Formats: sequence, C-alpha cells, structure tokens
Amino acid sequence: MREFGYRRASDVAGAVALLDADPEARFLGGGTNLVDLMKTGVERPAQLVDVRALPLDGIEVSESGAARIGATVTNSDLAVHSEIRRRWPALAQAVLAGASGQLRNMATVGGNLLQRTRCGYFADVSGPCNKRVPGSGCPAVEGEHHNHAILDATDHCVSVHPSDMGVALAAFDAVVEYETAAGTGELPLADFYLPVGDTPHLETALPPGALITAVTLPPAPVAAHSRYRKVRERASYAFALGSLTAALEVREGTVADVRLAWGAVASRPWRARAAEEVLLGAPAAAATFAAAADAELAAARPLTHNAWKVTLLRNLTVAVLSELAADATGPAADRAAGPAAGPATGPAGGETR
Amino acid sequence: MTTTPTGTESATARRAVGTAHPRVEGYEKVTGTARYAGEIPFVDLAHGALVLSTVAHGRIVSVDEAGALRMPGVLAVLHHGNAPRIETEYVGFLGAPDPTTAVFQHDRVPTRGWPVALVVAETPEQAAEAAASLEVTYREEPHDTAFRPDHPDAYYPGSTIVGPPVSERGDQSAALAASAFVVDELYETAEMHHSAMEPHAATARWNGGRLEIVDSNQGTVWVASELAKLFSLDLSAIRVRSEHVGGGFGSKGCRAHQVAAVMATTQLRRPVRVVMTRRQTFSLAGHRAPTAQRVRLGADAGGRLLALDHESLNQTATGYEWVEPAALPARTMYNAQAHRTAHRLVRLNVPSPTAMRAPGEAPGSFALESAMDELAERCGIDPVELRVRNDTQVAPGSGKPFTARRLVGCLREGARRFGWEQRTPRSGSTREGRWLIGTGVACASFSARAMPTTAAITAHPDGTYTVHVNAADIGTGARTALTLVAADELGTDTAHVRVRLGDSDLGPAGIAGGSTGTRSWAWAVNLAARELRERLALGADIPPQGITVRSDTTEAVKALGHHERHSFGAQFAEVAVDPDTGEVRVRRMLGVFAAGQIVNPLTARNQLVGGMTWGISMALHEEAVRDARTGGHYSPDLAGYHVAANADVPRVEAYWIDDPDPEDPVGIKGIGEIGTVGAAAAVTNAVWHATGVRQRSLPVRPDRVLAGGAGPTGA
Repeated sequence: MREFGYRRASDVAGAVALLDADPEARFLGGGTNLVDLMKTGVERPAQLVDVRALPLDGIEVSESGAARIGATVTNSDLAVHSEIRRRWPALAQAVLAGASGQLRNMATVGGNLLQRTRCGYFADVSGPCNKRVPGSGCPAVEGEHHNHAILDATDHCVSVHPSDMGVALAAFDAVVEYETAAGTGELPLADFYLPVGDTPHLETALPPGALITAVTLPPAPVAAHSRYRKVRERASYAFALGSLTAALEVREGTVADVRLAWGAVASRPWRARAAEEVLLGAPAAAATFAAAADAELAAARPLTHNAWKVTLLRNLTVAVLSELAADATGPAADRAAGPAAGPATGPAGGETR
Repeated sequence: MTTTPTGTESATARRAVGTAHPRVEGYEKVTGTARYAGEIPFVDLAHGALVLSTVAHGRIVSVDEAGALRMPGVLAVLHHGNAPRIETEYVGFLGAPDPTTAVFQHDRVPTRGWPVALVVAETPEQAAEAAASLEVTYREEPHDTAFRPDHPDAYYPGSTIVGPPVSERGDQSAALAASAFVVDELYETAEMHHSAMEPHAATARWNGGRLEIVDSNQGTVWVASELAKLFSLDLSAIRVRSEHVGGGFGSKGCRAHQVAAVMATTQLRRPVRVVMTRRQTFSLAGHRAPTAQRVRLGADAGGRLLALDHESLNQTATGYEWVEPAALPARTMYNAQAHRTAHRLVRLNVPSPTAMRAPGEAPGSFALESAMDELAERCGIDPVELRVRNDTQVAPGSGKPFTARRLVGCLREGARRFGWEQRTPRSGSTREGRWLIGTGVACASFSARAMPTTAAITAHPDGTYTVHVNAADIGTGARTALTLVAADELGTDTAHVRVRLGDSDLGPAGIAGGSTGTRSWAWAVNLAARELRERLALGADIPPQGITVRSDTTEAVKALGHHERHSFGAQFAEVAVDPDTGEVRVRRMLGVFAAGQIVNPLTARNQLVGGMTWGISMALHEEAVRDARTGGHYSPDLAGYHVAANADVPRVEAYWIDDPDPEDPVGIKGIGEIGTVGAAAAVTNAVWHATGVRQRSLPVRPDRVLAGGAGPTGA
C-alpha cells in the first residue's frame, strides 16, 4: 500500500481546490470501495481529500415532487427518507438491496455513482485489465465472464457497473450536479457514464477534478408505482447478477407511463428505452412485457458463458412488470403473467461456467 | 432441543456436562479484549509480507532483492537464493510435508500463488508495499489447471489418509444386471476454501535459546513438531502458543507463514510477524479439492441395494498428493452384495489441497445421498423409507459391527419434527407466489475417533483448580466444554475451574481436527480429575504449590475395541426456487444427530447449526473459480468467493438423540463435522423436489437452475 496524505475538506471550494492542486489526489467519501482498492494496489492516490464533512448531506423534496439529494447523503439515510420511499420506492429498495448495513452507513450517494467495477480481473493487479492499465488487454473476454456484460460491451472491456442505486437513478432521469475549480455543472445520468468503446478506463464525463455535489430527480408520478428487484445467488451482501427498476402506470389495461432500467448488464446502469417504447400505449399484458424485453435484448451480444443473463433479464422483466400491473389492477384482477410469458430455458449454446 | 442424561459409568454428580454454559472466554471475545495472534504486541517487532508467484508453472529467473532493500523500512528479502536450507524429507502428522510450506528451497514454481519471497520491514505497510513492488522474473512453462471428470492423467493413488484408496467386494455387473432399478450419474463439487474469519498469522522470535511462535493454529504441538523437523531442532527447543483462534476448519497447521517467520527472525534477530492476506490464503492455506464422482446404484424392486459403486476423482498439486476421500461415506452408510469404493487423483498446477471440515464426507455425502434420492424417485419409494430399508448393522467397508448406529432413529425423529409425512412425493407440485417449494432429506455419518493426549490438573489451597491441557479452542467452545468435564469429575462448580490450553509446553495432545478434539482432551482431563479427586478424598492438606495429577491417554486410546465408531444424522431441508431467475433460497433446515454425549448444549448447537450452514453454503454458494489461461483464481477474496450470509440461513434447528459412546469415559463422539455431512444433499434434493430437475453440480447457481429449465411453468 502506497503511503498517502489525508486532508479533510470543510467546504466545497476548498475540496475542489485541494484536488485541483494535486492530480494524484482522490476524493474520499465513505471509502467503502476506494480504500479496498488502495489495499490491493488498484488505486494508489498520493492524497485523500475527505469530503464527508462537507455540507452536502441534505435531501430536499419540493412540492412539485422533484428531489435534490446531497452527494454525501449516506445510503442508509437515503433509503429511510420518507418522501423518497413514497415517491420513488424503487430507489429506496435499490439502495437497501446493496451491500450491508455497515457499508450503507458509510457509503455516500456521490461515491456510489463513482464506484468501480467488481470484475475480478480489474481487482487483480498481477494481471492485465484495460480499465486499470489501458492497452494491457481484457482477460475476461476469453476467461471468466459468467456475470459480465451482455449489452454495449466491447473487446476492450466486458465488465459491469455494480451500483444498485444507479439503476433506479437511471430509470428516474436523475441529473448529476458537480463543481470544479472552474465552476458548477450538471450531467444527466444518461450522459454521465461514457460508452466503453476502446477507452474503458474513461468511465464518466465528469471534468477532471470535479466533485459531485448532488443528484436531482425530476417529478415523476409514475415512480410512485415502482419496484426494484435484484437477482443474486446469495440473499444479501452480493452484487447483482441482474437487476431491474421498473415503474408502471396502467390506465384501462394500457401502459400509460413506464420507466425501465437494468443493472449488471453493461458498464453503466442500463436504461431500457427500446423496451419502454414497446410498452408505452400497449396492453399491460405478459405478451407485451416479453416483447418489450426482447426488443431491448435484441442488442445483446453475450459471450460464451453469460448468455444465461439474456434469459434472466427477459424473465425478470416479465415477472416484475407483471407484478406491477397486477398491483395496478388490484389483487382481485387476473395476474398479468400468464403461462404464455413463462420463463424461457437456457438459450441454445449458452454454456454454463 | 433434547438432551437426555446418559447412563455412562462415570456419571458421578453430573451437573455441568449436558447443561448449557456460555463460553468462559465469551466476555473477552465480544468486548475485543481477547487477543488474536496477529495483534499481540512485541517490542522491536518487524513485519514480513509474502510474495507469491504470478505464473502457474515455471522457474524463477531473478528476484530484485536490491531494489526492494532500497525501499523505506525494508530490512530483508528472503528468497530461494538466500534462504537457509531446511529438511523436507520426513513424515509428519499428515504424511510428507506440503511443499508449499517448505518455502524458498528452489527456483521451481509449480502453481500460481506459490511463495517466492518474504519481504521484511519495520511496518506492515512498508512490507506490503515492498512486497507488491518486488520484481520477480520467471521463465514460464506450460501449465494445466483445468480439473475435469475425463482428465486423461487421472490415476489411482497408493494410499489415502483413511486407508486403501479402493475397496471392492462382489460382482458389480452381475448385481447391476439383477437390479430392478439403476442409478448411474456423475456428481461434481467445486473447489472450496476454509475462509476462516481470522487469516493465518504467526510471530516468531528466539528467546533464551528457544524458538517461540505466537500463532493461530489447530494444534500447537502439531505445528511445533513440524517446525522442529523442518529446522532440525529438538522439539523441546520450540514453544508454540495459540490462545484464541478465529476458525481453522483444517487449514491451520504448519504453513508457509510460520516457516518464513522463523527464517526471518533467525536472520534478523528480532521478532518477525507474518500475516497472510485474505487473497494469499487461497493458495497458501489449502483447499477442498473439487471432485467428480460417479455413483452407480442398483436396487431390487423393494429399493434394497444390490450394487453400490462410488468412484471419486479429485485434483491435487503436482508435488503433493491429497486424496479427498469422498467415497468414504459409502463404506459406512449402505451395504450391497456388490460394493465398491474408489479414489483417483489428477495432478494439476494448482495449490495443495488439504483437509477441510468433513473431508471426504462433505463432498462424498453430496454424491451418495443425491444418488439415493434419485433411486428413491425411480423406485417410487419415499426417500426416508428407502434409507431405512438400506440400514445396516455392519460397516460395508470393514464388515465390523458398529458400536452404535442410531441412523434410523435420527431419520424417524427428524421426519416427525420436520413434518415429513405432509410431503407430496411428486416434484414441482407446490408453488407459493413466484417460488416453487420443495423438501429434501439426506443422511450423515462421521467417524468417532480419539487421539492420545496428556493433561495435568492442579488443586489449589483456595479450593480452585487449574486444568492444563494442550487443547486448541478454534471457536468450538472446547475451553468451556473442558471446564464442564473437569468440574463434574472434580465434584466442583465450574467457577472454580480454570483451563489453560493452546501452549505446546503443556505437553502432547490431540489436535482440533477430525472431530476428535474435545473427545481426546476430555478423556485426559477426566482421567486426571478422577485421580485428583481420589487423592483429595484422602483428606491431606493442600500445600501452597497445590497438588498436581497428570494423565496420559496413549495406552487407553490404543486399547479401544475394534468396532466401527461413528456419529450419524439425518438432515432435512425446505427450499424455495424462483424458476424465472434461478434463485434458490433455503427456507428451513432441521438436523437430528446421534453423536455421543453432548457436553455443552449451547456450543454443541452452535457447532451443528454451523455445520449445517456450511452445507447450505456448499450447496448454493461456495466455488473458487480458476482462470485456465493464467492458472490463477478469479476474485479470490470474500467478495468473490461467497459463503452463506446471515440472510441465507433462516430457521436451522439441530436436535440430538441419546447416543453416549460406551468406550469413552465421558461418552463423547465428537460433533465438529457431522453437521456438515449430508446438508448439501438435503438442500439439492429439495431443489429437485421443488423443480423436478436434478442439480448434480455444486453450487446450484441461478444459471444452472435456468439452464436446467424449471418445473411446471417451464416454457
């Protein structure tokens, strides 16, 4: 572990100035990811600028139903906020589905967005990884990639973004606010993460030295009817194998409004816009849900061992949208998930590890 | 929970044994004042960090010692070019020493993660930084780390730690031909790692001409004697202490860190501590080898076995032979006129496997008990009933009778408590919301053995007693159990008994392994206590230095009758499977065990439930993944290598039936491992019942469930 300096910032301008002065410095939020990476040598900052004491820990929800969530709000505080739970239940569920109680008490909203992939090759400094050492290669393409990306990956990197919270934020059109020495700025979450391309080490569109100050959510009545589901082999304390945020509003049997985003399928939280297009105005029925999932998954390019995730995301999408539709029409109504939308079995040629 | 007073002959005023007692060191442990090996302070302590190979096969060409020595705080770099030569041609406790332990003796690298150097520095951080930047160059050679059932290099080994690798009786093909029902399937288990909460840590120093090691291990004399042989020292010149141990599970014997620490302290003449990182434990501390097991069963129309053939293949290291005795359960559990068990090995460029909690029995019971479940399905016989019909009163392997075999009692009692009679035999027949529900059963056995042990008990003038026995409390509650055993035999209250353990100067004793620890140590404590009580009954005054009585069970253990001694158990599980996502969750588990006298119901339940939890973990989670091209592990840490989390372990109940061992003075059989045996099969058999699809490869991952298709809603 490299020896490093430690400074605690007391205001945003000071924090930004400290980072501006030292290109080898990093902001420290909860440290739940960065410190681990420092221990294994993946991250080797010369200095840490602790931003936890900055006055960025408030959550404001306006009359109109917009939210502004400070960057140093902990995951725990976000998950229990009554207005967040009422207006964006999937966001609270997503946060609670992540990590453990102890980690959520430490982890911050800003840090959550900037956490790094949990790809085992990224974590192993004894081997290559294009994200860690640009140009060194991606061993996952030919190696272990059972849980790696099926969408928008390239030969340069097939890792997935690990955030649960980010999946809900992607669904709800979040905007990231930041500050640099040059002033303030904002990025819609849709533009926040860069495509993998041939530069997987460039992960976000944040300018150098930028400090995330807040995340805002626009009003979205449909978000009140939302759900987050995370699939994992272990019931807690595990990253998603696939996850989903869905919000659904049904009027007279038709999808009146919808939000859909997937997790653990790409290098960023994946807003399923193609699926949303199929859903909007279509009958709230299992066949529609399956068609929507298929529309989004048409772009999937699975590797040898992760084709099963295509099946998983399709099943998951149909299952959760069906649940939401059933909730919308009341428990007495027929459940939307009929046998026609039953789960597919493993895709042909989808070998298992 | 049932605990029945036993009728063993030494039942003096038995009050403590059989009564729940919290751990005597519990306060220290929960308040953090109990010190573990890596946190005991030493003056002038230096810190060593191991450097492991980054190639899976080859030779070391160079080690940039000079470069490391220029880094801040670095005191020494030990490697094959400068380390002292040690003795490796000896037979130790587990046979020939694991070559991984005899560090820095040559330039050959047989596996990735092989120890190639130790960097010693003033602080742990300096050592870690210098170790991470130490330049080691290699000449790589081709490697093979891919374990597979049909590996062409598989061979039959000469021996195993539990007897001959092959046992064979009767004509398999004739018996199979005569069978009404046949099962012939391949079962696979994953590479698993002990993952003790406390990683390995040792501090070594020379003190007054003796080598002292403060360590975390499963037997101080075990470690001391291995070090004595490696360094050609007299055993009396070594003292190993290990007071608190945060889990061992078979991994905490003599390993690279102790040996490297001894080399470094000898060179630097100051105390040196070496702590393995979590990632390092994956290649330095042993593992449970993955297995591929073919089980063939043939039964008559009534489900009675005519043929049983269990053959297991496991990986081992190129320079170390470890037979995972997975076919062993068949030698105890079920008889057949044609009965065969066999073990094969394949040498790969992988780290050395070793014993891991219920070696053989854990993976072997998964295969055998899965196959029995499949047989029950084919015969149309209830799985509990099939096992009852195949109960035997002589061990199939040896032909000898059991001292006691209360397997049927466990099955019947377990079925009653679990509510087995309400089960619908048909698979895929129960659905609750998005979950398919199923139940399963499996049987368990584990050998009950004892190891020679010495003990001493001192009666003090103030009416208190000190028990000296070189036990290892690796989290099992052994210290507390021995307190209870001593108190009863001394006829005193537990508050008047202190137990000193974990110090090789206390003398020879069995290790915490093979479920023998508490039995072996309690035996010696019981003998010493009994004799001391007789001495005190004479009424003599106790002098200031006290009265001390010693015991040694060597002869008594040797004189044990030649019976088959085993614990038995029955495991029941209820699972829920989401056929859309492939997720499997255990909803409840229940085990009933016939496992000798239970000394402390509180910690015994802990042991059994902990073992069952290991079974859940083995069935659903644990899997060390290897990259075939680099030969290294993928994500070897507790983020990548999943063990069951609390949320995966719902209601788990452990019960026991009366089963005192007639040949043990306290009636103990040992309970460290039986809880793990059969647990994974109970879970996977329940997965079949839920979905109608057999899962024959562990762990049962979501993708495997999806690949199998699932249940009545499957498209």
